[in-house]
Parts: sequence; C-alpha cells; structure tokens
Amino acid sequence: MTTIYNARKVITMNPARPEVSHVAVRDGRVLGAGSLEELGRWGDYELDERFSDKVLMPGLVEGHAHTMEGTLWRHTYCGFFDRMDPAGKTWPGLKSINAVLDRLSEVEATLESPDAPLPGWQLDPIYFDNQRVTRHDLDKVSSTRPIGVMHASGHIMNVNTRALELAGLLKPGLNHPGIPLGKDGLPEGELRGPDVMTPAGIHVGFDRDMLACDERGLRDFAKLCVRSGVTTVTDLASRLSDDAADMMLQVTGEKDYPARVVPLRFFHGLTPKELIDHATSLKARSTDRLRLGMIKVVADGSIQGFTARLRQPGYHNGAPNGMWYVAPEHLREIYDRALAAGLHVHTHTNGDEATQLAIETLEQALQKCPAPDHRFTLQHCQLADAAQFRKMSKLGMCVNLFANHHFYWGDEHYRLTVGPERAERMNACRTALANDLPMAIHSDAPITPLGPLFTAWCAVNRITSSGRVQGEYERIEVSDALYAITLGAAHTLKLDGEIGSIEAGKHADFAVLEDDPTSVGGDKLKDIRVWGTVQGGRIFEAARI
Amino acid sequence: MNLPVTIVGGYLGAGKTTLVNHLLRNANGARLAVLVNEFGELPIDEDLIEAQDDMMISIAGGCVCCSYGNDLTLAMLDMTRMQPRPDHVILEASGVAIPGAIAAAVSLLPDYGIDGVVVLADAESIRDRADDRYMGDTIERQLLDADIVVLNKTDLVSPDHLRQTKTWLEAQPGNARILDAVSGKVEPAVLLQAAFDREWKENTPGSHATGSFRTESLVIEHVVDVEQFARELTTTMPWLIRSKGFIKATDGVMKTLQIVGHRWTISDAPDGVAAGLVVIGPSETFDLEAVKSLAAASLTEALR
Repeated sequence: MTTIYNARKVITMNPARPEVSHVAVRDGRVLGAGSLEELGRWGDYELDERFSDKVLMPGLVEGHAHTMEGTLWRHTYCGFFDRMDPAGKTWPGLKSINAVLDRLSEVEATLESPDAPLPGWQLDPIYFDNQRVTRHDLDKVSSTRPIGVMHASGHIMNVNTRALELAGLLKPGLNHPGIPLGKDGLPEGELRGPDVMTPAGIHVGFDRDMLACDERGLRDFAKLCVRSGVTTVTDLASRLSDDAADMMLQVTGEKDYPARVVPLRFFHGLTPKELIDHATSLKARSTDRLRLGMIKVVADGSIQGFTARLRQPGYHNGAPNGMWYVAPEHLREIYDRALAAGLHVHTHTNGDEATQLAIETLEQALQKCPAPDHRFTLQHCQLADAAQFRKMSKLGMCVNLFANHHFYWGDEHYRLTVGPERAERMNACRTALANDLPMAIHSDAPITPLGPLFTAWCAVNRITSSGRVQGEYERIEVSDALYAITLGAAHTLKLDGEIGSIEAGKHADFAVLEDDPTSVGGDKLKDIRVWGTVQGGRIFEAARI
Repeated sequence: MNLPVTIVGGYLGAGKTTLVNHLLRNANGARLAVLVNEFGELPIDEDLIEAQDDMMISIAGGCVCCSYGNDLTLAMLDMTRMQPRPDHVILEASGVAIPGAIAAAVSLLPDYGIDGVVVLADAESIRDRADDRYMGDTIERQLLDADIVVLNKTDLVSPDHLRQTKTWLEAQPGNARILDAVSGKVEPAVLLQAAFDREWKENTPGSHATGSFRTESLVIEHVVDVEQFARELTTTMPWLIRSKGFIKATDGVMKTLQIVGHRWTISDAPDGVAAGLVVIGPSETFDLEAVKSLAAASLTEALR
C-alpha cells in the first residue's frame, strides 16, 4: 500500500532535490520524494492530503539526551523558563523564589500521605541573582514531609529540614565543601555534588539510579519527542542491565511507540573488557526502534561545576582544575578494544584538556588499529579550539556541541567560569564546520529542554538569556543548523544512511511543522510550531497523544 | 559505634588491589567489607570465594567484596544493613579519584567514621606520574590527602632511586607517614583499626614486634588534656603510624583517642575500659622514650 502525502513544502535535506511537493511512503519507508507525477509512476497509491498546509522535513535527531526526563516530569517543575510536559501542558517559568515556593505548596496540598516526599526539579538560582534557597524557605512548604528540589545543572539540590533529618545531616560540626552551614552551625539545606545529594535524595523521592528510566518514563519521553518533531533520540548514558534492556525492547516495540531510541552503554563500573563484551552482546539485540551497542565514556566533569578539565589559563575565577573521571590508560584500553571490536564510542569532554586527552588517545589507538570511518564522537566538547577541531577532523572524529548551553549559562561563563574570550568560542559551531567536522548540536535533556529547532536557533543566534549575542563569529547559517539536527546528528550515530533526509529508501520519518524553518528567518526558528511527527510511516499528532 | 572506613587510593598500577588482597588474607579474623569500583582484576583465590554474584563476592572468614558501580554513596548506605555487620570497610578508590573528597563524603554518612586514607605510590613510577601533564595534579592531590603513603614495589628499584623517591615524597605538601612495601605487604594492624583492635585484644599489652613494626603499650592513669596530647603526638612524632588509647580527660571522663598518621579523633570511651595507650611505628625509628616523656609532661600540663 503506497500513500502519497502532499505538503505546502517538503524539505528533504537531499541537495539534489532540496524541496519537493510530495513524498510517497510504503511499508514505513520513503518510496520517493518529488512531484505527484513522478511518484505516481510507482503504481497505485492513496493521496493523503492531511499535510497539505504543513511543512515536512526529515524527522529531527537529538544526539544527546537522557530518557530520564520522562520520569522527572512526575516531579514538580521549578524551572525559570516555560516548559512543556509530556501531556502537552506548558508550565509557566517561575521568576522568583516565592513563586517556586508557591508552586511547591500547591502540589503539597494535593498529597494525601503526610509522609510522602515532595521532589522538584530544574531550579536555577542564577536567575534569581544567585539568591539561595534555604531549608527554612522549603520548611514553609512543609516541615513534616521531606522536600528536595534539584537544580537545573543536576549537580545541586536544596532540601528542607525534614529531609536533612532523615539523611542524618541535621547536626553541627559537618565539615564538607559541598554543605554550606548557617549561622546556627547547621546545614542550610543546599547540597552540592552527587556525593552529598544522594543521602538526602533517596528520602525526597529521587530514584536510586538517576540515569534509569522506567516504562512510563520511556513512554512519556517519547511524547516529548513527538511534540518537538524528534523521531530518533539518544539515551546517552544507561547501565542497560538485562532488566532495563528487556524493558526498553518491550516498550519501544509497542505498536504505537513513536520514536527510535539509541541508548549508549555507560562505561562506569566495568573493566574495559567487560564493557566491550556487554556492548557487543547488546548490539546483537538491536531492533529498528532500539539501537543498542554504542558506548559512552565520561572523561571530565562540568564547566559550571568547575569539575571540567581545562588547559591554560584555567578557570577565570581562579578555581583549581577539575576532575578526571577516567584515567588515560583506561580510556586507551576502551578505545583500543572498541576499535578492534568495531564498536562506536562517544566521549563526554567538557573542558579543552579533556578534549585534548581524548584526541591524543584516539590518535594512538588508531595507529594500532586503523579504522576508517570510526566516527568516534566528542560530546559537549564545549571549549575546543580551532586546532582541536582541525585535528578531530583529520582523525575522522565527529562532534556534538552543546548549543543550548550558550543560551542558558553563557552569561555565567562570560562572567565567572572561563571569561569573555573563551566564552565567545564555546560550542564553536562555525569553526567545527569550517574544518569539515561532522557536527550535531544538542539539548542534553533534561538539563535543557528537548527541542532541536530551539537548539538550532541557539546555534544560529548565540543569544544568551540576558539577550546578548556572545561569539558572533561562531554563529552558523540556518541551513547548517537544520543539517546539524537531521543528517549531522544521524551521522554521529552512523544512521545517516537510514534517516536524516527524505529520500528514496530511507525510513519515513518526518517532522510535521506549521511553519517553514527555511523561510521564517533564523531569529524565529525557536517559535516554529510543531504539529507532530511521522515515524516509520506512522502518524503521531502532538495534540492527540 | 561508627564503622571504621579506610580509603585506599593511588593511581593505576600502584598496587591498590594487591594491597587489598593482602589485607583480606591477613585480617586476623576481622570481618572486612571491601568496596571496589569493579571486580575486574581482583585476584581472590577461588578456594576463598564462598559465593559470588554481579555485585558481591562472599569470602571465607566473613569478609565480603562489593562492586559499587555508579554510586558509592548508595553502596555505603546499603552496607549498613549487612548482617553480620562488618568490622571495617575498605574502600578502593578509582585511580583518578581524589581520596580526600571521598573521605569527606563518607564522613557525612550516618554510621561511618574515617579511620584513615592510605595512598599507594609505585616506587618505580610515582615521580614520572607526578610530572605527567594530564595526571600530575591529580597525583599531587592524592598524596596531599594521604594519612599514610605506602611506597610500593621498593624491591624493583635501586637503593639510590628509592632514597631519592623518598626524599621527594617527604618534600611533598601534606603530612603523610611514608611506609615502604613490597607487593603491598603491610601489616594489617598498621593500616586497619579493626585488625589492630583484634591484635590488641589477643596480645597482652607490652612490647612486641611484627615484621618491621614495633608495638608498645603504656599505661597513662593520670588525667590528660586529650586534644593537646593528640596534637603533640601527631606533630612531634613523625614516625608514629597508628595509636589507640583510653585516656581520662581533665573532666574525669574516659575518652578514646585514635590516631592514624596526622589524623586524630577523640570520642567517648566504652564503659569499663582500662586506661592505656598503644602505639605502632616502624622498629627502626620507634622512640618509646619520647612517648613516655610526652605522657609525663601531659600530667604537668593537665594539672597546671
């Protein structure tokens, strides 16, 4: 059965015929993109005109996200910016600490059990002039039930007095850099760093394994994909236990599951040999909608947490250099073994020193085990300079830059973490492209919201949340940004032969848009309305999921 | 009572796993719980393994070895529910971890107390590591955080190289006591409170020597300014590796004093214990007279 859709415009990302009027779909694949006359030559068809006033483009590909966003939405949203939940409700951003407390109180009033915890997420005091939330503030919401609100960075949590009590932390004499104390010598309720968040986190309703996503979470996450035009999405660090892999296979295999999920096996807690063996066994279980077998390594921490590894001249505020999460020998063994086994590794590097280590380590590994088209990808890679991008390009690497970061925390990087010059070259999309480096751009959802068209807007405009253009030189063209969120991202996942453009033989994955991203202008990309998606030929309308 | 925790840190290849295995084999009957990032290279003899799954290996004599995977804090919280309760927890840090940060996090957890931070250094390579452009500052931070540095593989280097390495180590910032070792073989009673307690219970107080270490016990019956005494012991006797004592404070309350290298802690003593102090140090540099005169001086101090 062939269906031919007409549309106001079909943006194919195929340079040989960039814009067409019709696309034909059969058995979940694109039969062809062209005129009705051309497509009619395939034989009988049904003309479906439901998209006649829409713009179709290739289904968007998010190359760095975490499915845990699906589970986080069961907690109270406390972010500064408006954000849409899986059900399609937009939660207004909260512009003051009092607004945060009010929303928590509203939810508190609906809880039946007096002991039930109250978890919130996405607080960001940077936007409140860094005024801190204390346990006394949260005690106004409730002094009897444990409350914990995770910051947008994911690295800090504020809790109330009850939560501190349950964690055994309400005592004088604590001496830890991650636990600020009040005048009374007791913790103020801010817990900085995973080490100190966990003991309280488990009492306030955050799951034991923060990276894990459950069945409902995975389904909810897919709804966010439909709402943002995404048809293929990564889950960038998962432990993928047998149970978790079984669950993901089952859920993504459901008839109406609307996205292709690409989970990467997190390297931590396994020897390199065990890691390679596990990824190899996972790879054999891949389905169309669950692509297993890739590996994620984390080399350093985060720039705003001062745990990223920076080269000279280091942190702008004089903070000591950050932390390594992998030793060079360990990284080398993973790269060696992965290349030999034909597995694909993505490595988180935030600071430019971590980026340098990854580049040099891969260069050595490639001398031992040459692997044309390995596509090892650096994720975030926020501070890379031109020389590093050049080198990465020569080595056959790819990059996925954190364009959204620039909007949300660019001002902070300018003022505090790396200073003006390096803040302007953070996530240097233009330099990466100028060096022919295959490039994607990402949201790192839930750290920032899933929405590749917004991410494209960030890369095109480089506007920070205070409204400044930061790093004008590194802005890219709309066409380049649209490529990055389709074929560029697909390339980093070795899926560019299957998805990322609308052409004969590829999966029938489309983003269905109300507006035309190629004509609205770069400053309007973020405002493009998404009707829904077509994934594998199946139609998902955002308003009806 | 808090469960004592020893952090074992140091870079890859320094011998952390070998040391941990040595401790497991020579725990004097103490039930050790070992936490490792992954089981990978752990060469536990098969005849010692009683049971094994993905997360835990049960070892003859009541010891266990657990892999903590992603989250050390969770593994530690889980361990407090283990039956029977272990006597001592050994936490083998990853090669790039900063042991002081781990110690700070562990000390927040209810039911745990830091016994000491032991950092392994490979006598052959430690100085090259400290010069490495990627890892140098990590190595320096590890050494800075140590209460005890175990300078391992001393049999693999020339006497000159060893001497120079020790001189260099002593010049590093921090206050670590430095112990030589071959194949990670260090007396468990020196490194672990639980092994020390067991030995002290089984041996009558007095003087004895094990390997290259000497243990002395003395009776201090008079009241002492315990904090002042602890400060003096740790700062004026760089040879002193470990000490534990029950000492009557100036207010007449019996206190437990525990020392590992430069680190000291004072807590309320259990009921009914007899006053006394046990001190361990290398036989070569042990200075019993110095401890005795410090104890005598503390009497005068306390009464002043």
